[in-house]
Amino acid sequence: MPPTIITRIETRFRELDEKRQKGLVVYLTAGDPNLDATEGLLQALDRAGADVIELGVPFSDPLADGPVIQRASERALRSGTTLRKILERFPAWRKTLHAPIILFSYFNPVLQLGLERFAADAAQVGIDGALVVDLTPEEAEDYVRTMRAHHLETVFLASPTSTDARLKRAAQLSSGFLYLISRTGVTGERSEMAAGIRPLVERARRLTSLPLAVGFGISTPEQVREVQAHADAAVVGSAVVHAIEEHYSTGGPAAIEQFVRGLKAAAEGKSV
Amino acid sequence: MEAQSIKSESLTGPDARGRFGEFGGRFAPETLMAPIEELEAAYCNARKDPAFQSELARLLKDFAGRPTPLFPAERLTARLGGARIYLKREDLLHTGAHKINNCLGQGLLAKRMGKTRLVAETGAGQHGVATATVAALLGLKCVVYMGEEDMARQAPNVFRMRLLGTQVVSVSSGTRTLKDAINEGMRDWVTNVHNTHYLMGSVLGPHPYPLMVREFHRVIGQEARRQILESTGKLPDLLCACVGGGSNAIGLFYDFIPDAGVKMLGVEAGGRGPKLGDHAARFSGGRPGVLHGSYTYVLQTDDGLISNTHSVSAGLDYPAVGPEHAELHRRGRVEYTHVSDLEALEAARLLARVEGIIPALESAHALAEVLKRAPGMSREKIIVVNLSGRGDKDLGIFQSAGIL
Repeated sequence: MPPTIITRIETRFRELDEKRQKGLVVYLTAGDPNLDATEGLLQALDRAGADVIELGVPFSDPLADGPVIQRASERALRSGTTLRKILERFPAWRKTLHAPIILFSYFNPVLQLGLERFAADAAQVGIDGALVVDLTPEEAEDYVRTMRAHHLETVFLASPTSTDARLKRAAQLSSGFLYLISRTGVTGERSEMAAGIRPLVERARRLTSLPLAVGFGISTPEQVREVQAHADAAVVGSAVVHAIEEHYSTGGPAAIEQFVRGLKAAAEGKSV
Repeated sequence: MEAQSIKSESLTGPDARGRFGEFGGRFAPETLMAPIEELEAAYCNARKDPAFQSELARLLKDFAGRPTPLFPAERLTARLGGARIYLKREDLLHTGAHKINNCLGQGLLAKRMGKTRLVAETGAGQHGVATATVAALLGLKCVVYMGEEDMARQAPNVFRMRLLGTQVVSVSSGTRTLKDAINEGMRDWVTNVHNTHYLMGSVLGPHPYPLMVREFHRVIGQEARRQILESTGKLPDLLCACVGGGSNAIGLFYDFIPDAGVKMLGVEAGGRGPKLGDHAARFSGGRPGVLHGSYTYVLQTDDGLISNTHSVSAGLDYPAVGPEHAELHRRGRVEYTHVSDLEALEAARLLARVEGIIPALESAHALAEVLKRAPGMSREKIIVVNLSGRGDKDLGIFQSAGIL
């Protein structure tokens, strides 16, 4: 990426740094429960102070996801959500949002749309980047080249099982931030924090200067704070999706905004 | 043997990235990548180790019952009045299908890697039973994921697995069949990578699975080649096998690929019709995409969502095909076709009545196509059909289809 272009994500992490704060990345499945709801939910997350929003593209076979996000994908697919429709609706959503938005997808929907068209459309509608959960560095050459040509961020994952060589490669191909997986397993809320976070963050620090976000299994303000003691940002996914599943139909976007505000307060070091 | 394997490997691959031509590769969540690399290294090492190979050969012979016969189906041949039909009797193996070849290989490999737990997916239950059997034999824990719908239609195999000490987990997500069982198996593996080996049951998944599973099944074609030469003095004119993921087919085909005179035919599940969702004929209704770790032909919507499939045969009811088959299809080396549910059921009944062999409904797909081809071929021609499994598990389906 040409150094002259400062991206929204870089700007956001720089601002956090200046305020001596850590970031909060929030995940939302697009189209859960339908695409009309997504607009209001994105605004709610943005108002609540999410520093980056990961917008999930629902897939028929989400094998990296636990039951909560699986159910969200099923609801989204039932309401007819597709990658194409997300991209069509996005320009209207972007207008009211401040946070950077990255798409979180499995590879096949991206591949079927076509890498070039995906990147061109995403850039045009104001998406900031993407994370493709089953696209690892060894298969990602064309994808990264195409995304960079359109000045889009490419976020890759590293896991406690990743060797240093793999971690380094993931960092080299990542821009914006590097996503560290807190533990082996699928996405989902956990009552206890993984012990492996700190060693993984320390290994990553030696290999990259990118901001480090840690996700998978982080669901409470306490856990957010614990992660932020080591990493630059905490990612909360299933807990937010779970809140939508439980409270959206009765409380609307406001209920979700309130939940995310609680997480954000932890990020700002306020008592929660 | 080694020289031959290098020669024929250069024909389809895979290359170092696990690609057969453009197909295959390695698309998996990052947490699985280090275990996959570890598996590849362990497999490459084991493959060259004479002690591993001789242990595998011993178990294939003494436990599984290899070599399997190549049976001349004379009454079937006479009835069709064309090419001579030989049946490669993988149905006679312990546990009732070819699946045990691969399970013994991967089971030994898992043990060698210090893994204490096997997870597997199963459709028809044949791979699940074979995995459960090998787990019992080698003293490993075993969990098998099976779609709810498949558990109902292949109930005898569920009981077998449980009797063998395996935990069978019902999968109620998605389409409740094989693809969802694989999703669940992968989720288990990604959670328990430290002590668990994922025992993939077909030539699917990220590299090195398609290579490894093929290698463990090549014994089918190697035996068939020797047997047909011994009994007829020549190579067959046509090989025929059913293709779900495609492991029994690649096992039979592989060592004949360099023999230009040997035609090959892969038979997919035509189900109840050509509409998306009504069949599992990937080469006629699918296009290249990524599912379960591999770039290959996949039945899917325009938006890249994986399609539902249907087949009377649970073992063929899957939306993707092994990547090496995709490459053999591109090259035109293997012809792929499909037969309907009804044709498969009828072929199974015919074989039962004419030869006294009840085939699995999967294998009956290959037979059904042979019934169409053999009459048009001269009596000097030879067809070898892979009878990949036996039909005991399908009795309930025969019954409800009105075949009994």
